[in-house]
Amino acid sequence: MLPELGHFALILALLLAGLQAFFGIAGPALARDRWSSAVTAAVAGQAVMVATAAACLIASFVNEDFSVAYVAENSNSALPLVYRVTALWGAHEGSLLLWILLLAGWTVAVALGSGRLPARFAARVLGVLGVVSFGFLLFTLATSNPFLRLDPPAPDGRDLNPILQDPGLAVHPPILYTGYVGFAVAFAFACAAMLEGRLDQNWARWTRPWTTSAWAFLTCGIALGSFWAYYELGWGGFWFWDPVENASFMPWLVGTALVHSLAVTDKRGLFKSWTLLLAILAFSLSLLGTFLVRSGVLVSVHSFAADPTRGIFILVFLIIMIGGALALYAWRAPLLRSSAGFELGARESFLLFNNVLLVIAAGTVFAGTLAPLISDALKLGTLSVGPPYFNPTFMLSMLPLLALLSVGIHANWKRGRLRDSQRTLLYTFVVAAVLGCGCAFGIFARGNLLTLIGATLGIWILLSSLVDPIDRWWRGLTLSRAVLGMTVAHIGLALAVLALTTVQSFTIERDVALAPGGKAAVGEYEFRFDGVRAVEGPNYDAMAATVVVTRHGAPVAVLTPQKRQYWVQHQVTSETAIRMHRGNNLLLALGEDLGAGRWSVRIQIRPLVSLVWIAAFIMAMGGALAASDRRYRTARAAATSPAGATAGQAG
Amino acid sequence: MSRFLLPLGIFALLAVVLAIGIRHSPEKGVIASPLLGKPAPAFAVPNLSNPTGEVRSADLRGRWYLFNVWGTWCAGCREEHETLLQVHRAGVVPIIGLDWKDDDAQALDWLKQLGDPYQSVGTDHSGREAIEWGVYGAPETFLVNPQGIVVYKHIGALTPEAWTREILPRVSGRPAGTS
Repeated sequence: MLPELGHFALILALLLAGLQAFFGIAGPALARDRWSSAVTAAVAGQAVMVATAAACLIASFVNEDFSVAYVAENSNSALPLVYRVTALWGAHEGSLLLWILLLAGWTVAVALGSGRLPARFAARVLGVLGVVSFGFLLFTLATSNPFLRLDPPAPDGRDLNPILQDPGLAVHPPILYTGYVGFAVAFAFACAAMLEGRLDQNWARWTRPWTTSAWAFLTCGIALGSFWAYYELGWGGFWFWDPVENASFMPWLVGTALVHSLAVTDKRGLFKSWTLLLAILAFSLSLLGTFLVRSGVLVSVHSFAADPTRGIFILVFLIIMIGGALALYAWRAPLLRSSAGFELGARESFLLFNNVLLVIAAGTVFAGTLAPLISDALKLGTLSVGPPYFNPTFMLSMLPLLALLSVGIHANWKRGRLRDSQRTLLYTFVVAAVLGCGCAFGIFARGNLLTLIGATLGIWILLSSLVDPIDRWWRGLTLSRAVLGMTVAHIGLALAVLALTTVQSFTIERDVALAPGGKAAVGEYEFRFDGVRAVEGPNYDAMAATVVVTRHGAPVAVLTPQKRQYWVQHQVTSETAIRMHRGNNLLLALGEDLGAGRWSVRIQIRPLVSLVWIAAFIMAMGGALAASDRRYRTARAAATSPAGATAGQAG
Repeated sequence: MSRFLLPLGIFALLAVVLAIGIRHSPEKGVIASPLLGKPAPAFAVPNLSNPTGEVRSADLRGRWYLFNVWGTWCAGCREEHETLLQVHRAGVVPIIGLDWKDDDAQALDWLKQLGDPYQSVGTDHSGREAIEWGVYGAPETFLVNPQGIVVYKHIGALTPEAWTREILPRVSGRPAGTS
């Protein structure tokens, strides 16, 4: 009964999304304000229906209703309750439902916050969101219905993919998707502005908090995904340039560009068409991230649901959404002219460099991700693109970006002269270079040129970001949340750069074969292998090794990496054991049974690796802080204020 | 104006590439089997309809056969059943079933109700045999040639298209092993 109710709710949601799209777009276009005002009712109705559908599917999981195909394929009677709930997004169908649910959430939030928007504009925004929702609901109902029944019902389920039975999964996809879906709001604002044929600084001010929030969620999602891959997949790395990772990273790069470009549009009324294009691009890449990864077009270790027959529908949907938006752009963007200009050394030009470099970075990632596919499609042979391509090309655009950041945040709007900031920049750079040298060649004594560059840039960004806020605080001046958020996010970036530099330069990795009682010395630590024993989990058997770690004879930790075999899917997963010690991340993964009690063990010592994720969360916090600035929620005076008149200078 | 049309043009180009990519992805198989081009695993498993007998790979030497992994609990298997019956009726190549992690009585019931497309069905309660074949999830279908080499693997429900495009051309024109 519940699955049928959920199915029915989804059909109603589809109809309501259709109404929302129709009233939202046709109402303002035909100047029928009563149509426009019907949109919010459709939004509310759709949200209730989608929530009902999701609740029904979760209930089917909790009740172990194996007559539902999706439940039978992604759950099992031995699966713990919490994973029976998170199994909702364990595969394709449920992930789509989650996407739709989150979109409904964002739409409701926009509708609630739309009071200060002009009524017609708000209706258009909600209408575009309705189109997106309609497409997703249609796709789900037509090709990926999670409520299909089995006849006869399965006696038991096939269990959730073991890789996904981890607390990381419980939070990772929803947060990542919240970020993806959030860019739909920026996209809707962009489309609404183009439909209206008018884009002013108010528009940028309305769009900014939504975009920044989505960006913050996406940042968190990517960091969690990386963290999850690190300690669950046990490959001993936090970034693999895997297609799925790239799929989330591309919208992040473009989203970062959008956040900065919106700042210019907000403050100076410039970059209008460019901002629109970035908004379309960010959402397009989010769609790509959601879809192509799961359609079988891009194949990777992460893609746990692959069905090529859905590909055609996805492609048509992408063509309608992205193609439609780009056609609208080609038609309307030429109308949006900016009269204001700026000098070469002004903050605008640095933000322009920022945008160009970020888009180039996204472009190189895009090319690397799609090159194997294109080469395959054109029958040029199988091509594999990995870190040897991504690392240097990515750094090629990122290093200039980092180098320009410090100067950019001290540059003035409109005018090119740096004046007083020149001295600040010089001092902070000298200090950073000295400290960078110290880090690269002093502390670890085996750094290279990249270590030096990375450390210097990281410290420079850190110092130069702090100079102004500390100065203002010293003089008793208040800081707006927008500026504070920007500072926090830039500090997060600086820490990330420092952490990545350290990890890349000073990681030790060793594969050793150990018999019980055997020892291995790696770095300043010693590892003693005390053999393996069998353990049994709720739905798996495992071999657990005991490894005693000491440093100069002093005990550090007892680590127990496991190798698990899940009963139902017979999949073997490696549970790495991780311990933080004095800023070093010790990672042990149990490898193969070599016979006679000997096992292969992978030992890694990664200094500061945790800081990579912490830094990402700091960046996200900065975004959240900036998005909460009251300035975005108070209406600007009727006439748009002249450029740069506001006191806070959020970049 | 042309400056603003550029993004649309690039996207159109990309859409074409993606369309070609999607058209090609089914034959990429998504999860390539390490067994392709290699000898099929030797097996001797209990016979579903005759628990004292066995289904053995040794008896299948010298003829083409399809090795279909299924279970009554699996949705895709229900979906492909009609196709399997058609393949059976065509009589070109025999289908050997592997009833994977299933209840024997239910499996027999299923075959009685829906029709039996199999020449014989082996049972695999522990799932050990499926591991030998590198089965990722049911249903999966392997095409094995008279030399005992796995020449094709289909993941997911077998479709009439896969049968006519992938399996039939490989089998036809050679002496087909019929029962």
